[in-house]
Amino acid sequence: MYPSENLYSREHEWIRVEDDICVLGITEFAQAELGEVVFVELPETGQVFDTGDELGTIESVKAVAEVYTPVAGEVVEVNEAVTDDPELLNEDPHGEGWLIKLRFSSASDLKDLMNAEQYEEYVKSGEA
Amino acid sequence: MAEAQTLQRTPLYDCHLEAGAKMVDFAGWEMPVQYQGVIDEHRAVRTAAGLFDVSHMGEVRVRGAGAEAFLQRLTPNDVAKLVPGRAHYSGLLTEEGTYVDDVLVYRLAADDFLVVVNASNAERDFAWIAARANGEAEVSNESDQYALLALQGPKALEILTPLATPGTPAVSELKYYGFRQGEVAGVPALISRTGYTGEDGFELYLAPADAPAVWRRLVAAGAAPAGLGARDTLRLEAAMALYGHEIDDTTTPFEAGLGWVVKLDKGEFLGRGALLAQKAQGAPRKLVGFEVEGRGIARQGHGVVSDGAPVGAVTSGTWSPTFEKALGMAYVPPALAATGTRLALDVRGKTLPAVVVDLPFYRRPR
Repeated sequence: MYPSENLYSREHEWIRVEDDICVLGITEFAQAELGEVVFVELPETGQVFDTGDELGTIESVKAVAEVYTPVAGEVVEVNEAVTDDPELLNEDPHGEGWLIKLRFSSASDLKDLMNAEQYEEYVKSGEA
Repeated sequence: MAEAQTLQRTPLYDCHLEAGAKMVDFAGWEMPVQYQGVIDEHRAVRTAAGLFDVSHMGEVRVRGAGAEAFLQRLTPNDVAKLVPGRAHYSGLLTEEGTYVDDVLVYRLAADDFLVVVNASNAERDFAWIAARANGEAEVSNESDQYALLALQGPKALEILTPLATPGTPAVSELKYYGFRQGEVAGVPALISRTGYTGEDGFELYLAPADAPAVWRRLVAAGAAPAGLGARDTLRLEAAMALYGHEIDDTTTPFEAGLGWVVKLDKGEFLGRGALLAQKAQGAPRKLVGFEVEGRGIARQGHGVVSDGAPVGAVTSGTWSPTFEKALGMAYVPPALAATGTRLALDVRGKTLPAVVVDLPFYRRPR
């Protein structure tokens, strides 16, 4: 369920590193907890974030969730498809429902993240 | 989690798991928030029929020769006009005219009433009622003796009719807020034409042991299991108040737009003095409906701002599956309550524009 090429945060974001760019989204677990997503608010290209900053918000019928970036960097691309069609987040959170691409400034952020196996354990442990 | 084990379960718990429910803690009860999804369940109720387990609600029986006079003093609606076989919407009010809870009062017989209360307030309501009876009426907490199913939607009647044994009146002849004792799927039931969705429908009061079989029969007949998530979006579109949101012990019926339950000329009742005074002076704030005009959802607790100053608060807000936009209700000063007034809502530090619209948002086609 959780792609092995991705890294995962305790706040249920995933990232996939492609050279100096990382693609960021929220996990299957996060979308299931939220339920049907109806609005996605994302930053503009060019905005710069520190590790742990709030990047945007996701609203479902029942709840709102903040999205935090587990890595520092500059936004280089925003997934307009998901802001236009928020259901994509429910349908394919690890694929077409990606949120943004960041050019990250420090690879050291990555060491605090979990791999797929660790994340799956984390979700199952009930601490999530 | 240790706390999870102390949650109460309704007799329908296994039915919920079978239907794939996601269970959550609601007022100390482990309840289904959704099955397949809030939006689909909401639409099932608007277009066909949905089935809710609301067995967590509390039932307080009030009996005796003095029961009518007692409830007449305790509640703002006119119990003398309530005939056996009818229910009405009312409240338990403090001396200040604010809500202890909103309730349904069923008149089972001349000297026999059932007061149906919110799960979150059930213990407090029972204590409130019992403490004021003064031997005038016999008050008992019968919450454990009832499971409660709500069958709601334009197809509710069609689904219920073949399962309800013939009786007088036929279920199709029950008026809104009318009820009768009878049988559903072969077991005794109090069949009430009431609900909390803005649709036609029925609430069925059943013995707990009978409820799972009735649930399964109704689902087999086409009612879609619907959870508390859809119950909330449905009641909000219909602008029905929810305790802890639109009403609580700081709000009066006049402020909440529920002045129609207050019968000031029926004689003395708890809270009447304060309500008379508020009626003379005018309510200091009013509950309004709003539509959000930007992208985003205003939810309970978000502020209403005017010229940079906080002037009110959102009581409920959601994305509406029927209208496909963000709606909500809020308390505002009377000067901002007129239809068409533009409001600024403070949503996590950002301003979201909204406009006051008439309530209810949704009225069922007839």
